[in-house]
Formats: sequence, C-alpha cells, structure tokens
Amino acid sequence: MIRRPHALRRPAAALLTLVLASAPGMAWAEGGMPQLDFKNPLTISQVVWGALIFIVLYILVSRFALPRVGHVLDLRSATIRNDLDTARAAKERADAAVAEMAAATAQARAEAQAAITTAVEQARAHAAVEAAAMNARLETQIASAEARIGAARAAAMGALRDVALSTASTVVARLTGMAASEPAVAGAVDQALAARRQG
Amino acid sequence: MASGSNIDALGQFTLHRSLGALGASVNFTNANTMMLVAGALILGTLYVGMRPKAMVPGRLQALAELSYEGVLGMCTDTIGHEGRKFFPFIFTLFGFVLLGNLLGVFPLFFTYTSHIAVTLALALFVVLLTTYVGLRMHGLHFFSYFVPQGVPKALLPLLVPIEVLSYISRLISLSVRLFANMMAGHVMLEVFGSFVVMLGGAGLLGLFPAGLSFAVNVALIGFEVLVAVLQAYVFAVLTCIYLHDAVHLH
Repeated sequence: MIRRPHALRRPAAALLTLVLASAPGMAWAEGGMPQLDFKNPLTISQVVWGALIFIVLYILVSRFALPRVGHVLDLRSATIRNDLDTARAAKERADAAVAEMAAATAQARAEAQAAITTAVEQARAHAAVEAAAMNARLETQIASAEARIGAARAAAMGALRDVALSTASTVVARLTGMAASEPAVAGAVDQALAARRQG
Repeated sequence: MASGSNIDALGQFTLHRSLGALGASVNFTNANTMMLVAGALILGTLYVGMRPKAMVPGRLQALAELSYEGVLGMCTDTIGHEGRKFFPFIFTLFGFVLLGNLLGVFPLFFTYTSHIAVTLALALFVVLLTTYVGLRMHGLHFFSYFVPQGVPKALLPLLVPIEVLSYISRLISLSVRLFANMMAGHVMLEVFGSFVVMLGGAGLLGLFPAGLSFAVNVALIGFEVLVAVLQAYVFAVLTCIYLHDAVHLH
C-alpha cells in the first residue's frame, strides 16, 4: 500500500524518459547514445566489417544468386512463349481446316446447285420439245379436222342449193300452178344464198 | 535491460565484440554477426528457393522470384532501361537494409540499421555512386544538374548553392531517416517492455497498466514490421531516384 503512489509515479517518470530518449540530442546529453559513442572503436570497426560483408554479399548476389533466379524466369518465359507459339500454330491449323471445310462445303453446295439447275434446264427443254411435238401433232389433227369440216360444209352447201332449187320450183308451181323457168329460179336461189353467206 | 527503476532504453544499441576471441581480436561486433545472418538469409532464400527450378513456383521460390521481379521493376520503372545495370546493387542494398530492419524486430537480436555509422556509410556510398555514375555518363556536363533551368540568371548565384546543398543533404536525409526510424521504434519497444516488467512486479494495481503496456507492445511490434519494410523500400526507391537523376540529369 505504501508502494502504490510510487508505482503510480513510475509511468509518468517513464514517459518522461521516453520523451527524452526519443529526442536523440536529449538522450545523448542525458547518458549518451551508443550510436554516437565514436570513442568506442567498435563503432567504426562495425562499419569496416559491414562494408566487407556488403561487398562480399554484393558479389555473391550479383554473380550467383540473381543469375540463378533470372535463368529460371527466362526459362519460364521462354517455355510460356513456346507454348503460346505452339497453341497459336495449332489454332492457325485449326482455322485453316475450318476454312478448308467451309470452302469444300460451299463448293459442294455450288456443284449441287449447278446439277439441280442443269437437271431443271434439261427437264424444261425436254418438256418444251415434247410440248412442241404435241402441238404440231394437234396442229395437224386440227388442220385435217378443219379440212374435213370444210369439205363436209361444201358438200352440205352444194346439197343445200339443190334442195333450195327443188323447193323453190315446187313452191312456185304450187302457188302459180305452172312450172317455173329453171334459169330464173337458179338465179334467184344463187342470189339469196350469196346474200345469206354475206349476212 | 530495465534495472531497478531506471529504463535503459539505449542499452540495446550497445556494441560488443562477437564471435569469441577470434572476432574480438579483429573488433568483429554483434552488428556484423547480424549482417552475416542477414546475408546468409538473403543468399539462402535465393539459393534454396530457386533449387526446384519449378515451372510453377512453390512458396519459397515465389518469394525469391517476387523479390527479384519487384526490385527489378523498381529499378526499371524509376531509372529507366539503364536500371538493369544497377539492379544487383539495388537488390543487395534493399535486402541488406530490409533484413537488418526485420531481424531487429526479434527479441535479443541486434539492429544494425539503428546505428547512424552504418546507415551513414550506406548513404555515403549511394551518394558517391550516384555522383560517380553522373560524372561517368555525362562528364563535366553533370554539373549542369545543379543549375536549374528556366530561372532568371540573376537568381542563379542563390539557387546553385541551394541545389548543391540539397544534393549533399541527401546523405543526411537518407541515413538519418533510416537510423531514426529504427532507433525510435526500438526505444518505444524497450520502454513499454520495461513498463510491463516494472508494473507487473509492482503489485495488484500494477497489473492493469502492465497489461495495457503489453497490448501497446504487441501493436508496436506490428508497427515495427511495417516500418522495417517501408524504410527498406524507401531507402531503395530513393537510391533509384538519385540514380535516375544521375543518369538522366532531371
């Protein structure tokens, strides 16, 4: 219990010491920083040895250690580059194969299209030829039928005159009681027929 | 390290001789032992990690390759294609500082980047290297770097000394930034660690603040890891930027 105030005073004292110690000049004035004790031969000797150690370390690091790391890194980047090149080449081959396949497909399609077109053309030409032949045959049939119809018509027309002549003679004989003169009847019938044919 | 009621926050930075009598005879320090450990870890990670030479890397190989490609990217992005020439140096520098920072986070391990002499030596080498590279690539034309373009001639007597001063102060900013960051973090860790011990031993009432200090230390450790990586990165990036200036002059 008696020690308590003493114990409480200590942090304050220690804090003061800390402040003093943090200010190098003050600390030096207080007791002396070992770092600034240049009367101690070790202060300089550590620098001499330190320089030696640093030089040896520099030689070992630059001659042996770093080239080792650099070699592995170079090796890795070379491997990665090679792998990338291989992959790129493979991709190029694959692209070429795809392009080749696309070209082949296009060519096959074009050939098929051409074959279809020629087949259609041939079929069309064939059909045209057949149609022409059919037309010609029908044409001749029509012509011959028309000729037959014309003949029949002419025959019918010839018979019509005879019938008209006899009918006209008979009608004139019945109406007048005397026979009509042949040439006059024939002329009147021909005139009437000609007028009907025109009308 | 905390003896009595005094917190010895700086004792952790004390150098002492290492590697037995042989090391003591040549003033080989505990800092140099940690440098050897850091170098062995860098070389070991690269060697063991790259041993499988696998096409698909495992964890350690991925770590080795990521650090290789990360630093190489930093070099080529910042410096340009000339950056490849400086890649081994930047890699060694980054690894050396990073491992020094990270190893320091482990308890009882010495943090060699918390010594201004070490960081100043590194920064001095960087500045000398950039100056050498600039002179080698551009000859005396390199000094046109200190003459800002598009400025009235009357102002040049004022601006050139400022440019020279800022060039030289790279030495200080580069070294002090790393040193101060690492030292401050370790002092904080030490102080709060001492709180835990002191308050924990102070009785029942001390337990709560002790636990609080412990929680702060846990957070600080995570913070330290962040700072360790960040400062190593900053050191390497700034070196790249300085090399860019030397190679391209602006």
